[in-house]
Amino acid sequence: MNFSELFKLSGLLGRFSPDGKCLASCVQHRLLVRDASSLQILHLYTCVDQIQYLEWSSDSLFILCAMYKRGIVQVWSLEQPDWHCKIDEGSAGLVASCWSPDGRHILNTTEFHLRITVWSLCTKSVSYIKYPKACQQGVAFTKDGRYMAVAERRDCKDFISIFVCRSWQLLRHFDTETQDLFGIEWAPNGCVLAVWDTCLEYKVLLYSLDGRLLSSYRAYEWPLGIKSIAWSPSSQFLAIGSFDEKVRILNHVTWKKITELEHAATIASKQTIVYKEVEKSPTVGTERLSFPPTRELASSLFSTQSKYDISQVPVSLQYIKPVADRANPKVGVGMLAFSADNCFLATKNDNIPNAVWIWDIRKLKLAVVLEQLCSIQCFQWDPCQPRLAVCTGSSRVYLWSPAGCVVVQVPGEGVFQIISLSWHSSGDSMLLLSKDNFCVCYLEREE
Amino acid sequence: MGDWRTITVPVLSSDSQNTFLYTSERKTSPTSMSSQVLRLSLPSSKNMHSFFSAFCTEENIEQSISYIDRELTTLGFPSIYAESKGKELNLVSMVNCMNELLVLQHKNLRAQEEIEIQHLKLGSDMDHLQNCYAKLKEQLELSKREIVGLQEKDRQLQSKNRNLHQLLKNEKDEVQKLQNIISSRATQYNHDMKRKEREYNKLKERLHQLVMNKKDKKLAMEVLNYVGRADGKRGAWRTDKTEARNEEEMYKILLSDYEQRQKQLLLENTELKKVLQQMKKDIISLLPPQKQKPKERPEDGLVLSDQEEDIGELNKENMWELSCETVREQLTNSIRKQWRMLKNHVEKLDNQVSRGHSGALNEKDVISREDHELETEKLELEIQQCKEMIRTQQQLLQQQLTCDDDTTLLLQDCYLLEERERLQEEWRLFREQKKNFEKERKSFTEAAIRLGLERKAFEEDRGAWLKHQFLSMTADCKSEKMTTPSAFLRSSDPDIRLVRSASRQRRPPSVLSPTVSPEPCQISQYITQNSVASEKPAADNKPNLWVESDDKEETEECTKSWEDSGLGTLCRNLHMEQLP
Repeated sequence: MNFSELFKLSGLLGRFSPDGKCLASCVQHRLLVRDASSLQILHLYTCVDQIQYLEWSSDSLFILCAMYKRGIVQVWSLEQPDWHCKIDEGSAGLVASCWSPDGRHILNTTEFHLRITVWSLCTKSVSYIKYPKACQQGVAFTKDGRYMAVAERRDCKDFISIFVCRSWQLLRHFDTETQDLFGIEWAPNGCVLAVWDTCLEYKVLLYSLDGRLLSSYRAYEWPLGIKSIAWSPSSQFLAIGSFDEKVRILNHVTWKKITELEHAATIASKQTIVYKEVEKSPTVGTERLSFPPTRELASSLFSTQSKYDISQVPVSLQYIKPVADRANPKVGVGMLAFSADNCFLATKNDNIPNAVWIWDIRKLKLAVVLEQLCSIQCFQWDPCQPRLAVCTGSSRVYLWSPAGCVVVQVPGEGVFQIISLSWHSSGDSMLLLSKDNFCVCYLEREE
Repeated sequence: MGDWRTITVPVLSSDSQNTFLYTSERKTSPTSMSSQVLRLSLPSSKNMHSFFSAFCTEENIEQSISYIDRELTTLGFPSIYAESKGKELNLVSMVNCMNELLVLQHKNLRAQEEIEIQHLKLGSDMDHLQNCYAKLKEQLELSKREIVGLQEKDRQLQSKNRNLHQLLKNEKDEVQKLQNIISSRATQYNHDMKRKEREYNKLKERLHQLVMNKKDKKLAMEVLNYVGRADGKRGAWRTDKTEARNEEEMYKILLSDYEQRQKQLLLENTELKKVLQQMKKDIISLLPPQKQKPKERPEDGLVLSDQEEDIGELNKENMWELSCETVREQLTNSIRKQWRMLKNHVEKLDNQVSRGHSGALNEKDVISREDHELETEKLELEIQQCKEMIRTQQQLLQQQLTCDDDTTLLLQDCYLLEERERLQEEWRLFREQKKNFEKERKSFTEAAIRLGLERKAFEEDRGAWLKHQFLSMTADCKSEKMTTPSAFLRSSDPDIRLVRSASRQRRPPSVLSPTVSPEPCQISQYITQNSVASEKPAADNKPNLWVESDDKEETEECTKSWEDSGLGTLCRNLHMEQLP
């Protein structure tokens, strides 16, 4: 495993291009495009203000830089470095911007969710989508990029509009049986839309592409409900993480619950492997000690190293009692992701913040628990194989695969607290992001 | 409770006191009575005397006699006065009266004693009963008290229960109230929310109008030049046609998805059907075939089974190819039936097994003891037998050990005898051979003598002939002389050869003797020894034993070697012949 040097970064804005050839990163108002393997700077663009959002177009030809404060979006072309495009939302303001799947349209959401403006880079045309709902996940594209679902709110009722992305024509418009729609998500096959209600009510609705209600699922009534949702890549399963610290998995045939995965603080099952990260005091030979100590040695001395130990079950995990009188309590399953081969599901229970739970979907059983020293910041599956990368805000990156797991210390001086990471599309490298820096981690391809 | 106690306790105590008093009275009475009786019945002799003396004195004897007489007559005794003589005492009747009185007195005393004993008995019985009574009364009191206590408890619990019920009711009411409050608040909240949202929407609308209608100069896109679409197509106009096409496409996608899913399901179905078929086959093969039918028919009726059979025959092959709807029921029914049968079968087997097991267990349990005993007895017997056998064997062994010497000697003697016989046989052979040789030698010597004689004669003849020849030669024919000697020489050759061969025959022993001699010497020694040993069979026992055995071995070796080298035997024989 190799690491690049640390590069400067602001706002966690570092992205691999979808084709995997380039790497875009932002430093204040500058956008740097590097070669993904050599990390040489290919292009340097300067925006009018500090960049707050960055997105590659699907064909990796354009990069969108949003400056929400100014209400401006700037688009840069990789093919023609002198080409430029600047979209000003004016007094309407800007809160969100994204590419359409074809990479030729930009969807800007104005302040107060007044409307979504669809700007075309091909023609002068501008389309508007009115009444978008101000919610966590109000716009969703199908994976093939044909359709877009938009959650709307009109007359205190939730609606969903399905648009054909190619012409921005409205295909379907239907109301949903939700109190206060919170999010929408397409199944990877693009035929089923999952709609879930606000956390006050546990409700998942499944709509077909043509607007028929396929099924609705409700696990319980009064307590706080759904916190997160994830489709399996095969569209076979819908995993629903909720505030009751459980994940419920629905199947795609009957849309009934297959199983309930509980996140108990004590793990007693013998079939579960619990990897516990333990601190390892650095062993420095006395002969290596010198006065004054070299900087490298000093840093290695002060940065504690760690490794994984296999804990003997039963294991009780560190449990944080949630504060009851606060809104959005830190309890329940807030993060969940399926591996690319559908075989594993990684989850995080927010009141056991140091643990990643990896479930074997074939057995519907808990396979592995990674107990970290710090709370989990982010985890992401390798897009090609069942391999999970985890970061905890330390300078270490953790990798798990069915074969085992490793702790990798990112070499280098100074503090590098990784709070986000993203895989290269080939699964050969990884972008590790801290607040001010980033580096690329190259993994050796397994033969 | 306290009140009740204070009231009841005195009553109880008085009662008990009363009873006690009563019992004590009763207790005292028999003793006093008895004492009275005693006092009455057994007055001291002195008192009696004084009493009697007081009753009758010299002065009033007449009166007292008459008094007694009167008393006696009233009691039914005959008068003590003689009837004829008036005032004269009839002594006989008086004595009789006395006696009767005494007898009566005795009887009375005895009766009194008996009564007293009975009285005592009754008294003690009474006491016992009284005690029992008192105890029971106490128990009664206790149980009464207990009952009262329990009743009190019950009452308290009931009141508590009532309180709890009340509380529950209150809580329920509260819950209801709270729920009402919540729901009312929720509706209020929802209402307010809606109102606010409407307001917010209005504001948004207004804002929208304001922002959008102002012809915001800033709201614009600056593009250097428009780029082509990713797919290379031009943007299409929005028409009904495109809309229809969009619909079409959507349905296509949905259709393809459903088709795919159907394919998957079909695959799964076929797999499952295969499994089902396999299972069915297995079940059918597993179930005992003769049990299947007789059991089926009475249960389900002829019609159904017939129908099923028909279907089974018809659809056995293509049943699986048919769509599920038509076959489903039959399929599930048949499977269910078979499954039931299997279950029954398995249960039966289980029962059998368990019964068998339990039976076996029971039997084992029952029999095991007897068996055990029998077995132990058997085993003990066996052990005894074995022990005896061992003992006898030991004895035999010891006996053997004691008489070992004789037997071994005997055995060895046997061996020796055999050996001797064999040796003797050989000896005889040797003798014979020797004789033959002797004969041969004799004939040979005779032949030699004869030859010598012949030679002498021949010499003489030759001399005569030579003389004659010489004489004749001297006469005239010299040429004839030259040829004849050669002829003569030739004829004499065989003789010479014969001599040579004879000498050769004689020579070998002398040539061989240095090399072969040690062995034959030994042999001769052994033989002598053997002969010695055989000559004195069992006279010398132990010391000779070893030597003999050694000898025996060696002799055996020797005989072997003789036998092996059949060629050498002659030479040896020759040599042996020489030795003696």
